[in-house]
Amino acid sequence: MLDDVDRRILRQWQADPSLAPAELAERARVSPGQLARRQAKLRDAGLVKGVQAAIDWAALGYAVEVSLRVTLDKTQGRAFDDFIEAAREVPEVIEIQTFLGRVDVRLSVIARDMSHYQHLYRSCILTLPHIADIEALMHVARIKSDEALPL
Amino acid sequence: MTDLDDTDFAILRLLAQDAGQGAGAIGRACGLSQPAAWRRIKRLRDAGVIRGQRLVLDAEKLGFGVTVFLGVKLATKGRVSLDDFERAVSAIPEVQTVEHVLGLYDYRLRVVARDLPDFERVLRRRIMTLPGAGEVEANVLLSEERRPGPLGSISELLAVPPR
Repeated sequence: MLDDVDRRILRQWQADPSLAPAELAERARVSPGQLARRQAKLRDAGLVKGVQAAIDWAALGYAVEVSLRVTLDKTQGRAFDDFIEAAREVPEVIEIQTFLGRVDVRLSVIARDMSHYQHLYRSCILTLPHIADIEALMHVARIKSDEALPL
Repeated sequence: MTDLDDTDFAILRLLAQDAGQGAGAIGRACGLSQPAAWRRIKRLRDAGVIRGQRLVLDAEKLGFGVTVFLGVKLATKGRVSLDDFERAVSAIPEVQTVEHVLGLYDYRLRVVARDLPDFERVLRRRIMTLPGAGEVEANVLLSEERRPGPLGSISELLAVPPR
C-alpha cells in the first residue's frame, strides 16, 4: 500500500502542513514533480483528507474547555441518535465522540468563563435527551496536541 | 482577540474546512479583494486565533484501526513529578494527544494502534510503565465528529428571512 517514499512525505507533511511544496520536497528527499504526483495519489486514495486551519478557542475568548462524559439511557432505542442530533445544535459543542467502554458519548464544550459554562450546562446540556449520567473533566493544559500518526 | 466581525468569522469557517485555499479564493467567497482577505488572514494568524494547520489523515486507511482514550490517574501524587510524567508520555509515538485535566482523572490520552493486540502492547510496555501511572481507564473510540464551533452565528441569524 504505502512505500517508504509515501511514508517520508506523510511524516514531513503532517509535521508541518504549511510548508511550501519546494521545502516539503526537500525535507522528504523527493523531486517537486514526484511530490506533486504522490500528494495527488494520496488525496485520490482518500488517505489524505485535506488540510484544515486549527483554531485556538482560547485566543477567541473561550477560556474554559470541559470534557463531558455522558452515559445514556440505553433502554431508549434511539438514545444515541437523538442525543447526537440535539448536541449538534449547540454551537459551543466542538467535538462529539462515541465510545465502547464505560462512557457512551463524550462532548467537548467551550465557554467564555465559568458563568457562561454554568449557563450552557443548565440550558443546553442538561436538556439534551436520554442522559442517564454526566461526569465532567475540566481542561487545565494541553501537553501534546499534534495528533500525528506514528507512520 | 474578541473584536472580530462577521467577515472574520466567515474566513475562519472557510479555513477550518480547507486551509489550502489562497487569499484570492477566500476573498471571492467573502466579497473581499485578494489583498484585503490576505490582511485579515494575517491578522488572525498574528493574533494566534489560527494556531496552525493540521493535515487530516484517514487513520483507518493508513492501517491504524484502533483509537483509544485513556484516563490516567497518577498513583503517588506529590511524590512523582508531573514534568517527568508529561515528558515520558509525550515521547510515546502512539500517544497523539496529552491533556492535563481536573476531575476523575489527572490526564487524558489519545492513543492510536494498528489493532487491539498492538494497543495491548502499547498499554503494557509503554503506558503502564510510565513514572507514576496509577489507575487507567480505557474507552475505545467508535465514531468522532468535529463541529465548526461558535463561529459567527450572527450572520446566520441575519441570513434567515424575516417571518
